[in-house]
Amino acid sequence: MSTARRLQRGGLIDRSRRIRFSFNGKDYFGHPGDTLASALLAQGVRIFGRSFKYHRPRGIVGAGAEEPNALVQVGEGGFSTPNLKATQVELYEGLTARTVNGWPNLAFDIGAINNRLSRLLPAGFYYKTFMWPRSAWMRYERHIRRAAGLGHAPSLPDPDHYDKRHAHFDVFIAGGGPTGLTAALGAARAGARVLLVDEQTQLGGSLLFSPVLIGGRTGIEWIAELEAELRSFPEVTILSRSTVTGYYDHNFLVVNQRRTDHVGPGQAEPRLTRERLWRVRAKQVVIATGAIERPLVFDANDTPGVMLGSAVSTYIRRYAVSPGRSGAVFTNNDSGYQSALDMASAGMEVRAIVDVRKRPGADVLAAVSTYDIPIYQGYAVPSVQSGLQGLKRIEIAKLSPCGEDIVSHKGLVDCQVLAISGGWSPAVHLHSQSGGRPRYDALKACFVPGRPVQAERSAGACAGSFTLTACLREGADAGISAAAQSGWPGGYVDIPAVEESVQAPLQPFWEVPAGALSGNGVKKFLDFQNDTTASDIRLAAREGYRSIEHVKRYTALGFGTDQGKLGNINGLAILAKTLGKSPGEVGTTTFRPNYTPVTFGTVAGRTLGEQLFDPVRKTAIHAWHVRRGASFENVGQWKRPWFYPRDGEDMHAAVNRECLATRNGVGVLDASTLGKIDIRGPDAARFLNLLYTNNWDNLQPGRCRYGFMLGEDGMVMDDGVTTCLAPGHFLMTTTTGGAAAVLTWMERWLQTEWPDLKVYLTSVTDQWSVMSVAGPCARTVLQRVGCDLDLGGDAFPFMSMQVGQVAGIPARISRISFSGELAFEISVEANQGLALWETIMVAGRDYDITPYGTESMHVLRAEKGYVIVGQDTDGSVTPMDLGMDWIVSKKKDFIGKRSLSRSDTERPNRKQLVGLKTQDPSRVLPEGAQLVNSRQEAQPVPMIGHVSSSYFSANLGRSIALALVKGGLSRMGGTIYAHLMDGSVVPATICEPVFFDPENQRGKS
Amino acid sequence: MLKIECPWCGERDQEEFQYGGEAHIVRPERPDTLTDEQWADYLFNRANTKGVHAEQWCHGAGCRRWFNVLRDTVSYVIVAVYRPGENPPGGGE
Ligand SMILES: [Zn+2]
Repeated sequence: MSTARRLQRGGLIDRSRRIRFSFNGKDYFGHPGDTLASALLAQGVRIFGRSFKYHRPRGIVGAGAEEPNALVQVGEGGFSTPNLKATQVELYEGLTARTVNGWPNLAFDIGAINNRLSRLLPAGFYYKTFMWPRSAWMRYERHIRRAAGLGHAPSLPDPDHYDKRHAHFDVFIAGGGPTGLTAALGAARAGARVLLVDEQTQLGGSLLFSPVLIGGRTGIEWIAELEAELRSFPEVTILSRSTVTGYYDHNFLVVNQRRTDHVGPGQAEPRLTRERLWRVRAKQVVIATGAIERPLVFDANDTPGVMLGSAVSTYIRRYAVSPGRSGAVFTNNDSGYQSALDMASAGMEVRAIVDVRKRPGADVLAAVSTYDIPIYQGYAVPSVQSGLQGLKRIEIAKLSPCGEDIVSHKGLVDCQVLAISGGWSPAVHLHSQSGGRPRYDALKACFVPGRPVQAERSAGACAGSFTLTACLREGADAGISAAAQSGWPGGYVDIPAVEESVQAPLQPFWEVPAGALSGNGVKKFLDFQNDTTASDIRLAAREGYRSIEHVKRYTALGFGTDQGKLGNINGLAILAKTLGKSPGEVGTTTFRPNYTPVTFGTVAGRTLGEQLFDPVRKTAIHAWHVRRGASFENVGQWKRPWFYPRDGEDMHAAVNRECLATRNGVGVLDASTLGKIDIRGPDAARFLNLLYTNNWDNLQPGRCRYGFMLGEDGMVMDDGVTTCLAPGHFLMTTTTGGAAAVLTWMERWLQTEWPDLKVYLTSVTDQWSVMSVAGPCARTVLQRVGCDLDLGGDAFPFMSMQVGQVAGIPARISRISFSGELAFEISVEANQGLALWETIMVAGRDYDITPYGTESMHVLRAEKGYVIVGQDTDGSVTPMDLGMDWIVSKKKDFIGKRSLSRSDTERPNRKQLVGLKTQDPSRVLPEGAQLVNSRQEAQPVPMIGHVSSSYFSANLGRSIALALVKGGLSRMGGTIYAHLMDGSVVPATICEPVFFDPENQRGKS
Repeated sequence: MLKIECPWCGERDQEEFQYGGEAHIVRPERPDTLTDEQWADYLFNRANTKGVHAEQWCHGAGCRRWFNVLRDTVSYVIVAVYRPGENPPGGGE
């Protein structure tokens, strides 16, 4: 590749150094100061990608965050990042980049067939065609997504680190252009604590490509002077390569700082994180985000070589790249003339300035008059033609006086570059995110910030002020007043004199009428990234869409990674015209964070892995479970042993063995994860009476009771056993997953409804290790372990608790059982838990003591018909639905009681808990299976209920299930059918939910 | 993200707090004497205020105390915070 397009002089690049990089597998070089886009343009690359839907070749349009086409995947392996804009990627030695869109390659592209079929692919095409039937979408989706491209997520772990920083500032300034710089100076001189955030490599914004002199100095000199002074203030922080991605409530702003991407993988100081997310609270905010140039809408305006005028100037003046040998300008305002001047000064042959206005500004006409450029006033470019390397020639046509029609075809002009300018769109994104509503300024033909909702003000171009003098003045005023309002009065800035031309007004011009070359299927593009066209907007309007929010979703306008920074305004103006409204009446779509994409690594920051992302809770006995080879189950944040497979056992075999061992000998369960809340105070029993459905007045010290907690809506919320330790002192257990919510629930009632109750709550879940020794041999094993208590049934009855010593360790021992077996639940201080567990395992060896996990626990309790809240209940189940009327006190009030007598909770045909026995005893129903009344029914088939728990019971030698069935309690012995996903129908008999030892002889023994 | 002033701990970020819905909903003294409609009104019906709204918040990752906030549901400006049992500043309720 030649470097023919690189200018010999000028620009902010260092020609003395070369940086080698590769693009789509070919080697190139650039210079420090280049972006990937400028370096490639310098070497004659014109085509950067394929468009999303029609796979049309696309070139560079912009020079910054607004670029819609030149999306690249940068870097290899775990470092790789998709969908970066080549216009923002700084070069580093060895950089590799690939086009994200254009499979299988840029030159030959299967998706380009869409281009020829484009008439068949109108707005909403994918919805209309592929979404129904669903099976068809599943077949097409993979191919469509692949053809659509947009990069690949790296498949290797990210080798880099990311972090977050929280900060507070008096004055937050978004944007480091001329406006933001004077704002920062004004605030800094007042003494305020200032954060200045700028997206680019260096401060200056539009001054980096502007020829205007400021107080006799070049823009670059002026920036350097200001930056030096700003850096001398200790309370001023300047962040470059940083984007304000979001503006949230109460002046909370998020900044994405890119710290090492510009030096490449492995080249940065090791202590530096790759990116940093700043979370900032600011007393006052100055928005100085500038404006984005607007494209003009004409046939084939997506042809490579058609570029924003400001981008053409940026490549020439900042990067010393002339984007072609010959050029032309198409504009509706004065700023297009600067692009003509810049092209001419770069040695390009400027063959036409086409201005839709009859009267361009006198100053700009005078400025271009030194060059011999044909100027067409009152003309437009209705279409362009392209060759293999992009733009070849443009059509020029005369407009009618109102600009609505083409009057006559003027002719064709050959050129490689067309600089377009449809005016400027203030970057009102942050103002909108802050809650402001942009309003339409008809004179300037753009949306400007509305009334501030938060402590913010917009200044300069983002407020619709497009002259440099105004930007400098407004910036200074904004910075000074923001500082004053945050407590730092006295800021000052002397505004330097600026020589700039007097601007003539622009002429709003949203769409060029069809010309002589139009009408052959080419299109007027609004959103280059999503291939949304002007006719798509009109089609949406014809099909009845009125709201811009709906049109956006139907046509995908503004849905790309550029979020419609270029095309949205043209789209809504065309919609307005179609609907006979003004753009102000149609309004903008909502600007939402993030302004530009943020990597997942940055969002995650340091909160990665088991320790920091979602902490893992392990019981004191965890290490033993691991040694024993347990499979674990996540319950909330807890790791619980699920089952303990022996050599060669699958889960089924292990669970069967564990269940049989517990019923026939002795098993042991680590029950430490159950929530434990210590409840003290003279009103503790009164409080329990309000929380639980049953009565707690008469529970004596040393006795345990099972309770249900309901929501005020009467639905079961949690359950557990609570023990009276002493008068006015209880220990409540909750479900493992519900512990935190139950504590919060109890605190809330105490603080907000019953502050007069003297009750004190303490979470003691982690303080105790709990193990349940269960089975016919439990008592014998515990005696062998050594216990100073009489463990006999008379001295130590069912549902009681005693304090004693087990193996010399102080313990609370409870005779409670979730398995239905004789069981002792032993609680010791957590740091003694492992020692006691190991002692029990040794003492129980002769009885083949068997550790069992949560799966066996579930089977054993299901055999007993004990419900698990959250599995057999789902927030719509009352105690009566569970057949547990006995637990509901008729005498006292409690939370949820009144709801149990509402018409809906009292109606007869509610879903009720029953047992199910499949008629084929070996058939285990899947949990969640839907139940219906017969094998074959007319659709829609009435749903009668669903299976909530289902297991194979080794003790019973058959499958068992619990189910919620409409009117189930009155259908005992009846048959019901489970319809499964595979189409099979399984008949089952409805039975009592207690499958084993209904008199509970074993638990009480 | 809101900045909320806990009456006991001072200003903190919203992520330390849990939202508790409309404030000053008093549990009826004698639920058993209420009609279904009256009970449903207490249980389900809320003002859904557009404007200044009295609501409960809990400083869950701090002192764990519940308190009341007057917050504008349009602008999200917090007008006042006050403790349980206190009346909202400026009368009302
Ligand atoms: Zn607090």
